[in-house]
Amino acid sequence: MIEVEHLFKKYGDLLAVHDLSFSVKKGQIWGLLGPNAAGKTTTMRILTGYLSATDGKATVAGYDVFEQPNKVKRIMGYLPENVPLYPEMTVQSFLHFVAEIKQIPASTRKEAVEKSISLSTLEPVRGRLIKNISRGFKQRVGIAQALIHDPQVLILDEPTIGLDPAQIIEIRQLIKNLKGDHTIILSTHILAEVTQTCDGVVIINEGKLMAAGSLEELTASLQEKDGVFIRLREGGKEKVEHFQNIPGVDKVSIRDDGFSIEWTKGKDSRDDITRYIVERNWGLLEMRSLAMDIEELYLRVITGETEQ
Amino acid sequence: MSNIWAVCKKEIKTYFTSPIAYVTITVFLVLAGFFFQNLILWFNQYSMQMAQNPSYLQQININQMVFSPLFHNISLILLFIIPFLTMRLFSEEMKRKTDELLYTSPISVKQIILGKYFASLFVLLVMLLLTGILSMLTFVYGNPEVKPILIGYLGLFLMGATFMAIGTFYSSLTENQVVSAALALGTLLLLFVLNWASQFIQGIWKDVLNYVSFSQHFDNMTKGILDTADLVYYISFIFLGLFLAHSVILSRRWR
Repeated sequence: MIEVEHLFKKYGDLLAVHDLSFSVKKGQIWGLLGPNAAGKTTTMRILTGYLSATDGKATVAGYDVFEQPNKVKRIMGYLPENVPLYPEMTVQSFLHFVAEIKQIPASTRKEAVEKSISLSTLEPVRGRLIKNISRGFKQRVGIAQALIHDPQVLILDEPTIGLDPAQIIEIRQLIKNLKGDHTIILSTHILAEVTQTCDGVVIINEGKLMAAGSLEELTASLQEKDGVFIRLREGGKEKVEHFQNIPGVDKVSIRDDGFSIEWTKGKDSRDDITRYIVERNWGLLEMRSLAMDIEELYLRVITGETEQ
Repeated sequence: MSNIWAVCKKEIKTYFTSPIAYVTITVFLVLAGFFFQNLILWFNQYSMQMAQNPSYLQQININQMVFSPLFHNISLILLFIIPFLTMRLFSEEMKRKTDELLYTSPISVKQIILGKYFASLFVLLVMLLLTGILSMLTFVYGNPEVKPILIGYLGLFLMGATFMAIGTFYSSLTENQVVSAALALGTLLLLFVLNWASQFIQGIWKDVLNYVSFSQHFDNMTKGILDTADLVYYISFIFLGLFLAHSVILSRRWR
């Protein structure tokens, strides 16, 4: 659905995007991750046709972003980092204006405005001036304007920034509900958001692609070992040796108030370990996977601890 | 066309839901009214004096003595007021980052510029129509000629439209509204007085200065003379202003 090939963007001497390539399949949600000034916003602006690229190619639904910008703009909704709102307009008249410039035919315009209002739960503020509504509502007006023409592709630049936790959950739910019918790229600093909403991630740093793929793929490629963390009713150093004797186990160490047990990737020693503990009645309180979480993954990719 | 109309409608709403339009129109009307009143008072006094001599009385012409100078005065007020109307057109969008919405929508930059420009022309039209009330009064108490007045108004409208095209261009340059207004005002004033320099210059440059300056083209129209050369002058200036704005906006995406 979205294909980016060898994209370059220079601002003067500054290389903001450096040979970036990735692709997003139809109906999926992908997260664009990276530290500040990594080139996320620039990439999104290029995809939406706001900026031109210095070199490279980008297509959306088969249309070339640079050759057929109007075709792309018709099927794309965009929520910029700074939500573009006219403070002196009411929510409803603003959405009506957006519906007009997004080329929604006059006959269905009203319907589209109503749909976007109900989808983004803007009912309580529809008649209020945008300058008088809260930050959370403003963000939702931003999402409503991106959705109003029922675009196939949505580009959301930090959709949950500046919202309170309840609102963040609401917006996330809204985004998840859009999955399937819409292909979505979102950028965020909240890594938990990615695990909860995204099918895959593109991690960039200093304009360069660091990693791209589904979360499982990336974790798998970065991790050499599998393992578990276990906590027992009674610890004790002597147990380390016991665990070491379980077939398949490579490495055992004491961590916090429990043990971390690792084995070569591809095997699974969890059954053996559980049986061993239960047979000796050691009191198993907790057992969890040592799989890399998104924070660790992100940091390892960004700091370049991997040969991707 | 519907895209231009959508942008135009929104801009007109912005002008009239904020104090901008009301304040500028009021200031304009107060000044125009002041000039009109003075011209009429002077005209009355002059007519009284001339009344003693019937042969002179024949030569008194309200079109020449009131309307022609009035149009000149109004053009000067427009010169000072229009930069304040056009300064926000693009500067404000850039400052508020709402330009991102416009330029990522399936409408062309041309349509956005025309929509905004037509909205500012609408405000100009409202201002000029309101001064029409003053002209009406002269019809009640006297009998001026209609045609020269209409041509004078056309001249004012074209002159204002030219000012607005130049203002639109400066607004597209910067996100700072004050800078945009200052640049527009400076340029307009310079173009207004450019022909003053022509008396010290000889040859082709004299003609060039005279041609480029607003004054001469406008002078004909205040006297009721409609010349296609003047129309072409204004229309090419308007085209130039909007074309430059278009180039600036497009080039920003390639920076």
